[in-house]
Amino acid sequence: MKQWRAIAWQDIKESLRAWWFLVYTLVFGGTVALLFILGVTESQILGFMGLGRLLVTFIQLCIAILPVFVLVSTVRSIVGDRESHVLEYWLSMPIGLGDYYWGKFMGRFLVTFLPVFGAMAGAAAWGAYQDIQIPWQLFWIFSALLVSICGCFLGFGFLISTLTRHQEVALSVSLVLWLVLLAFMDLILIGVMLQERISPEWVVSIALSNPLQSFRTAAMVLFDPRLAILGPTADIILDFFGRVGFLVYALVYPLVLGLGSAMVGFAIFKRGDQI
Amino acid sequence: MIQVRGIEKRFQRHPVLDGVDLSVLAGDRIALIGSNGAGKTSLIRCILGEYSFSGVLTVVGLDPRRDRVAVLDRVGFVPQLPPPLKVRVEELVALTAGLMRVPAEEIHQVARGLGLDLSQHRKQIFFKLSGGMKQKLLIAIALARRPRILILDEPAANLDPEARETFFAQLAAMPKETVMLLSSHRVDEISQLVNRVVEMDQGKVVVDRVLSTPVVGEG
Repeated sequence: MKQWRAIAWQDIKESLRAWWFLVYTLVFGGTVALLFILGVTESQILGFMGLGRLLVTFIQLCIAILPVFVLVSTVRSIVGDRESHVLEYWLSMPIGLGDYYWGKFMGRFLVTFLPVFGAMAGAAAWGAYQDIQIPWQLFWIFSALLVSICGCFLGFGFLISTLTRHQEVALSVSLVLWLVLLAFMDLILIGVMLQERISPEWVVSIALSNPLQSFRTAAMVLFDPRLAILGPTADIILDFFGRVGFLVYALVYPLVLGLGSAMVGFAIFKRGDQI
Repeated sequence: MIQVRGIEKRFQRHPVLDGVDLSVLAGDRIALIGSNGAGKTSLIRCILGEYSFSGVLTVVGLDPRRDRVAVLDRVGFVPQLPPPLKVRVEELVALTAGLMRVPAEEIHQVARGLGLDLSQHRKQIFFKLSGGMKQKLLIAIALARRPRILILDEPAANLDPEARETFFAQLAAMPKETVMLLSSHRVDEISQLVNRVVEMDQGKVVVDRVLSTPVVGEG
């Protein structure tokens, strides 16, 4: 077995025994169960009903809570190993730094993505059992969106984890990052627009460079192709990207941003003291 | 086997290694002694390629930073404190055996020699084992790879007298050309094993003495 695969597999096994993973799985699995219990599949809001309605609601919830869950549960991976001397031990083994780092990254990616995807797949399986029509196109687009969200925030988490020397600092930085991204979704941008200091095109550009905003807008464009909810902003986005173009952007850009962050993290990890 | 020429390591502005020179030949069994903060662990971490430093350090002619896998292929290491690995014993054995490319049975065999039957603890999580068991397992992993260089940081700290005796007997039975670097606060504990004493203080080598016979009883 390749070394990075052995490290990834080990990380997965450790995560499966960890409390955070249990909570994480229960939150997302429980959310789907709750949506079924609450009868979301029966409602007809925004043109969706049945499983499509459930998936739209689920992805909205994921966009709200998944980034902070991924950040909090993964930001301690490298710095935590360093603080506890686990890293010192593993790195005394004949293993490449890349194998260790990317093995951990892949392991964490799978344990953050699979429970969320599993919750959605479980909903689809239950839908099939109940003879509810399954909107497969929506299902796969949402799955790709989840890959992108997990990859993006995992990359941020790994960068923070290599930059910091204490778990508490890493956790604090990750929460600040999340709050800043959250603030730039609405509060700060609204303030900037009210002051009319920069053009709307710039405000939209800043907004869409925020992965949280691009995810949210991508989820909107799936049930509101003309983005009527956004008002005049929709014209700027759709004129520039088009509907499909924006979806591609919202899937690819955050993933590239996350992988880029993880690569910067690896460069830092490789260059300095590993422990 | 290990050449160290004027290596320096600083944290912020505080030097932890201050121009260390050391030449280690095949068969050298070195007691690396010194008080806390003398630089022993920092030197070990440089040799393991875990710290960046200025100066020249080669292990079997290779740079431990650039050629870390090739260097660490030849090195067995036992840390001062067992890390809190959250892996089952059987997983740790399988993973380390895979990384070191040795049969898992080798680790079982060395562990048995130290009085630890791993088959009875297969499902236990490593960090829930007793201190002595953890140390024995880490020693078994380090010895099973039959390393050319063995680096042991306070190796016998958690071992009971019987296990310590068995462990020292295993070390003494290792091939003559094996290099051993045994870090310790006290030379008396490892005196029967070594043929050279290197003492560090404030990041420098202050004593480097080759012993004609092991320093039994000198401690």
